[in-house]
Amino acid sequence: MTTIDHDAALLRAGAHVRGPWSAAAHLLRRYPLGAAGAVIVAVFILAALFADFVSPFDPIATNARASLAPPDTTYWMGADFMGRDVYSRIVHGARISLAVGAGSTALGCILGVIIGLMSGYLGGWVDLVVQRVMDIMQSLPLLVMALVMAAALGPSLENTIVAIAIPLIPHFARVIRSSTLSLREQPFVEAARATGMSELRIAVRHVLPNTLAPMIVLATAQLGSAILTEASLSFLGVGVPEPHPSWGRMLSESAAEYVRTAPWLVIFPGIAISLAVFGTNLLGDAMRDMLDPRERT
Amino acid sequence: MAMPDASASAPAPSPAGSASATPVLEVRDLKKHFPIRKGLLRRAAGYVFAVDGVSFSIAEGETLGLVGESGCGKSTVGRTVLRLIDPTSGSIVVGGKDISSLPRAEMRPWRREMQIIFQDPFSSLNPRMTAGDIVGEPLLVHGEGNTAKRREQVAALFERVGLRRAQMDAYPHQFSGGQRQRIGIARALALNPRLIIGDEPVSALDVSIQAQVINLLMDLQRERRLSYLFISHNLAVVEHISHRIAVMYLGRIVEYTDKTTLFTNPQHPYTEALLSAVPVPDPAIKRRKLVVQGDVPSPVKPPPGCHFHPRCPYAVERCRVESPALREIAPGHRVACHLR
Repeated sequence: MTTIDHDAALLRAGAHVRGPWSAAAHLLRRYPLGAAGAVIVAVFILAALFADFVSPFDPIATNARASLAPPDTTYWMGADFMGRDVYSRIVHGARISLAVGAGSTALGCILGVIIGLMSGYLGGWVDLVVQRVMDIMQSLPLLVMALVMAAALGPSLENTIVAIAIPLIPHFARVIRSSTLSLREQPFVEAARATGMSELRIAVRHVLPNTLAPMIVLATAQLGSAILTEASLSFLGVGVPEPHPSWGRMLSESAAEYVRTAPWLVIFPGIAISLAVFGTNLLGDAMRDMLDPRERT
Repeated sequence: MAMPDASASAPAPSPAGSASATPVLEVRDLKKHFPIRKGLLRRAAGYVFAVDGVSFSIAEGETLGLVGESGCGKSTVGRTVLRLIDPTSGSIVVGGKDISSLPRAEMRPWRREMQIIFQDPFSSLNPRMTAGDIVGEPLLVHGEGNTAKRREQVAALFERVGLRRAQMDAYPHQFSGGQRQRIGIARALALNPRLIIGDEPVSALDVSIQAQVINLLMDLQRERRLSYLFISHNLAVVEHISHRIAVMYLGRIVEYTDKTTLFTNPQHPYTEALLSAVPVPDPAIKRRKLVVQGDVPSPVKPPPGCHFHPRCPYAVERCRVESPALREIAPGHRVACHLR
């Protein structure tokens, strides 16, 4: 029971906490790495939201005279061979990365939750078949699966989101199924059944809300790998197409030719990808610790 | 032997016309065998004989105590009566209607007639719902009144079980164990049922809280003419609240009589052993103790004949081969033993 009583556990852990600011300070002290991750993610989100205001140049406008300009006071992170400002492209690329990352995670999460809930709740042969399909999907690495999907669907922003979402489904379905299996035996579910509530309503009202905590944790953790997969797909040329600035494609465009002559074309998008993945992973780890009462001392 | 404040509270009210009126619940030859599935094809490789031919009845305003060791099938009886588990065979007659094989949809009106209170006050309440929503949910499911009316009904239930109206918006973790059990009782009362099944409803509580909850249950019974099927392993609690008691052993009822007879004149060797295991709070009293040897046999392979014979000090050859029927040895006193 303790494993699903997160509210009570959170309250115990932060029992002395009063206002939102002291709560934030408490979390900062308790999970400094998680707080760092939250800050990094927040910076990327702000950059994505206000990209037009914080970037000095149009990310798609070319300028022959600035071709391969090294970093200076005008082009903070240099310019690529078409004279496009790398800094502006990275800021706008945050939009793509976060849109694809959040979009595919959300889509995979919704589909995974539906499948996992059905599988765990109905049990029997439905569960057996669904779980074997999930096994097959999970036996392929995320990138390979996404690569096949993206190649089949063709390059576009929407297709990239779908291509990454589908391999994420089994991860969510697994977690939701296992919580559902333990939740459906809980007396409060039996009590609902004793009142004559329909099984579908029980699943939605009593089981689903209690799977929320592990789901949020998993979603945060998967966000990083979704961002990384988008970069990889774009790097391989099957991801987000031109003219959207994508970190992965920025890397692939310059990696072969310019890595020696204009290393800023490779370094800065690389840092952006690493930082975004690092930030979401730190946040995901901290959320897992925060919501798992057994991790607390 | 008795509850902490048993002497202070009034004795359990005797049910009026328990013999004449139609019983609220009548269970006949109820069986529940759980298949043990093995292999890829999930074929039944054997059965757990959890409940193996149980019969009893409960009159209006009466409490039947169902006692036995853990694993004897008493909780399965409770869940099967509510149709939370489908029975293998036998009949469950509620208010004159056999509900043992009613389809799910047709069960709905009968769900109003009987509700359940669980043992664990923590896992029996959804941690993500407010106490008020938990108690009001049965009303919502049966489409009673509107939001405002339901809230008023829930508030009345809260006050009746000894909680404050202001606590309706609190979440389960903000309550103590005893208070949570009161929420569970309020939920069971919401549809105004005639029968409440208590599955060890006080076993998880502190002794002082146990007395409060039991007194609440007895007050509610007096007010609403409620019938209880009170499942417990605690003989002291059962003695305090019950009118009649059924003793279960390995899926069968071995002795079934009124509480006074059971405690003063137990006839089945297993009942005798159970009673002699109840501690007496006086070291000066020396009793003849009947200590049963060994463990409860597995309900997957129950012993042939009388289920109790491997542990029974009086067992004879007949006990090993022939299963004893539950016979009436005196008016209202049934025992399943060849030797009585």
